[in-house]
Amino acid sequence: MIIGLESWTLARPELFLAAATALLLIYGVVRGEVATSFVSLATSAALLVTAVLLFVPYREGTAFASLFIVDRLTATMKVLVLVGASIAILMSRAYFEQVRAWRFEYPLLVALATLGMMLMISANDLMALYVGLELQSLALYVVAAFQRDTVRSTEAGVKYFVLGSVASGMLLFGASLVYGFCGGTAFVQISRALLDGRGAEIGTVIGLVFVVAGLAFKVSAVPFHMWTPDVYEGAPTPVTALFAVAPKIAAMSLMVSVLMGPFKPLFAQWQQIIVVASVLSMALGAFAALRQQNIKRLMAYSSIGNVGYILLGLASGSEKGIQSVVFYLAIYMVMTLGVFATILMMKRRDVMVENIPDLAGLARSQPMMALALMIFMFSLAGIPPLAGFWGKLYIFIAAVEAKLYVAAVLGVLASVVASYYYMRIVKVMYFDEPAEALDRPAFGVNRAVALAAAVLVAVFSLAPQPLSVVAAAAAKGLFP
Amino acid sequence: MSSWPFLSLVTFLPLVGALFCLIVNGPKEAVDRNCRSVALVTSLATFLISILLWVWFDPTKAGFQFEEKLAWVPALGIGYHVGIDGISLFFVLLSTLLTPICILASWESVQVRVKEYMIAFLVLETFMVGMFCALDLALFYIFFEGVLIPMFLIIGVWGGKRRVYAAFKFFLYTLLGSVLMLLAIIAIYWQVGTTDLPTAMEKLNLPFAWQCWLWLAFFASFAVKVPMWPVHTWLPDAHVEAPTAGSVILAGVLLKMGGYGFLRYSIPLMPEATQYFAPLIFGLSIVAVIYTSLVALVQEDMKKLIAYSSVAHMGFVTIGAFILNMQGVQGSLFQMLSHGIVSAALFLCVGVVYDRMHTREIAAYGGLVHRMPRYAFTFMFFTLASVGLPGLSGFVGEFLVLVGAFKANTWVATLAATGLILGAAYALWLYRKIIFGELTKSSLQAILDMNRREIAVFLPLVLLTLWMGIYPNSFLDPMAPTVDKLVADYQNAIKLARTAALAP
Repeated sequence: MIIGLESWTLARPELFLAAATALLLIYGVVRGEVATSFVSLATSAALLVTAVLLFVPYREGTAFASLFIVDRLTATMKVLVLVGASIAILMSRAYFEQVRAWRFEYPLLVALATLGMMLMISANDLMALYVGLELQSLALYVVAAFQRDTVRSTEAGVKYFVLGSVASGMLLFGASLVYGFCGGTAFVQISRALLDGRGAEIGTVIGLVFVVAGLAFKVSAVPFHMWTPDVYEGAPTPVTALFAVAPKIAAMSLMVSVLMGPFKPLFAQWQQIIVVASVLSMALGAFAALRQQNIKRLMAYSSIGNVGYILLGLASGSEKGIQSVVFYLAIYMVMTLGVFATILMMKRRDVMVENIPDLAGLARSQPMMALALMIFMFSLAGIPPLAGFWGKLYIFIAAVEAKLYVAAVLGVLASVVASYYYMRIVKVMYFDEPAEALDRPAFGVNRAVALAAAVLVAVFSLAPQPLSVVAAAAAKGLFP
Repeated sequence: MSSWPFLSLVTFLPLVGALFCLIVNGPKEAVDRNCRSVALVTSLATFLISILLWVWFDPTKAGFQFEEKLAWVPALGIGYHVGIDGISLFFVLLSTLLTPICILASWESVQVRVKEYMIAFLVLETFMVGMFCALDLALFYIFFEGVLIPMFLIIGVWGGKRRVYAAFKFFLYTLLGSVLMLLAIIAIYWQVGTTDLPTAMEKLNLPFAWQCWLWLAFFASFAVKVPMWPVHTWLPDAHVEAPTAGSVILAGVLLKMGGYGFLRYSIPLMPEATQYFAPLIFGLSIVAVIYTSLVALVQEDMKKLIAYSSVAHMGFVTIGAFILNMQGVQGSLFQMLSHGIVSAALFLCVGVVYDRMHTREIAAYGGLVHRMPRYAFTFMFFTLASVGLPGLSGFVGEFLVLVGAFKANTWVATLAATGLILGAAYALWLYRKIIFGELTKSSLQAILDMNRREIAVFLPLVLLTLWMGIYPNSFLDPMAPTVDKLVADYQNAIKLARTAALAP
């Protein structure tokens, strides 16, 4: 098979990122530890350049014998992932310098993971999907254990690795079943086999269930969420920030393209699974977070809950549903990065703290930081007029139109329960008597990210229309 | 005149003041002083502009006036559509009147975090006014819910001992009710394709079963807000723990959002379900009137007593609204306005002695008339207004509601009327305990009468109460065409549904 030139041009951004990562790796190895800061900045820049390359010039189509697809949806998702990963790298420097783990491998591993995510998003074949997923996961396992001289980080890495491998195995097993019953791994082949009835057998459905289970693990949907709180809590905080954003968006995008693409004919089958996973995630995310003391653990449950809402958008299976998924993911990314930037600023006498009571009285000692965190919390709780409300509104509109009434009612009720723990953070910051004050946040990336995220939340609150236009354009890719 | 965006100006002017407060910087003393002044000036300016709305309001028209319409989120069919009619006009004025009064009332009593306090109140005013002006379901919901954020902070930061509990209870109760309303709004959007209220009123034609579900969803939200028995329990807690000005806004405006919501949304959008569920409303309202009046009789905390009396008074409002004849609805609206002013004034009265003695226990007072004659007069005035003395505002509303109720259902009227007697019992009992008797308590020997600032706070409320009691037509006339249309539309819809049901 000859790979035509257009395949290479279509995969330009990925190729650029791969080359840049390789070159920076060589540079880092040659120069050693002194190169860390440069490598880190260069990686962030490379990720952003990759994002630019996606759109300058923008091209659509499939490449490498249909293994790889580029359309509006994948391009939009890639931008989110790239920006998220790039900011996560920038946010990590101060933290790793403090714990003396500032090594040049870290940004490069993140870049490799991001490359894997891009491949996942663009996968148009079960094999390509798996390769992308593994590239992402292997890099992330290492990153989770990056602070290797602490037990917690190592434990997080091992846990993530073991459970992640099981999930990968399930996905692979499901893929093999689908291959057996549909006679191909390419998405078009699967879709054709299902449409003309050849592949629509119980075996395919079982394969589908396994594939969905594997993907549900990656997005940490209930009942495959067990790893999330421990990994979020144990991993170094900047890594948690990355986990909460980039891989989640990539895996969610993958889930959308797999379920809405080749498995669209089995909509009735997978809709039930997704609805159940969605309702359980929303409920667990709401109830399990109520008594958490560690803010990273709390954010883990919060992310499980948010995934529940996103899945509800997916379960509606309509164009509006996919729009709502894109819309929600973008807002979720901004809020989450803002929250983690704030968490990274939580220091007392130069020691990182991460328990909720440590925030007591923050409104008096650091009013701007408290204000930003309050905006994020109200937004995550979905209280209008903040951006998070628009995300939830979009999702619920899609759900009601798809007649998922029960799930929608359970979803809004779960959001009330969840609002309690978001409010609790506001309460600790604003109502409680000050604990020993936190350090004044230093000028730096984290302050800038928190500020930018707060401003963006405010902008999305007042003008959600531009973002919804982007989301609508992205969703069009799936509904030609 | 109509080309000017007056409503947006009234809505968002307080926000400008809040931004000013946000950027004020310097030593604490100066910041506090400047923020107080900025907040007072902005809210007064807002009030003056809102007076113009009344002046230019055409009292002969039934439709919406001062309308402004902009596409906001076309992707979701949401527009920025505002306008006022005879129902909402006075609620806007009530909100803009009470905000400067609240700011003036907390001039000295709030000493910590003054800047944040003023910002919270100005933001709250924007949300309140926006809520009463909104003519788009989604816009309405945003303002309706947005109110929770500043109010949560006001109760939680500047409240009393159990403020955290009260703030959470208030927040979660109201949120739980309103998220169900959000789903109902989405369902309407799905039916009509837009969230624009006038369009929805025209086009929405739901089967009866659907109407019932949506009505219940709206009911969940508004009933908590009114509050109706048995979902009223957040109110006493919130009132007791909130700072004085917080109670004033809570009783004065926030409770009205429920009654307003019934009249603006539930009744016109779901007429058949309204008719179907009206007995439920009557039942709950009568329980509220009688039961909470009895509960008020045994309270030991002044604010709690007034809070329970609010529940009872709002029972009249819901009865009047769902009687759905001219007198009932007008009485309901008038009762809301009157209660907004009178109960706000009563909370301010409690605030006056609380600022001096730092207790709200009824037993801690007695014989205040000897040291505080001006205060005794004011308190007496508003107690009688609350009881419904003819010539003061409370009488008109209750009388109209009862007249309307007698026309429709004698039993409802009879039972509701017992509330008047009980109301007089607890209100006068409270007054006697606090004001009359010998001044024996040593802590009260040196208590001072109201100062000029406090008189300035009460004076407009006294005048308004008299005006509303002596010449209610100034307020009833602008309402009349709108209420007329509301009742007529409702009757038509019912008639249509009945003929449709009879047709083979």
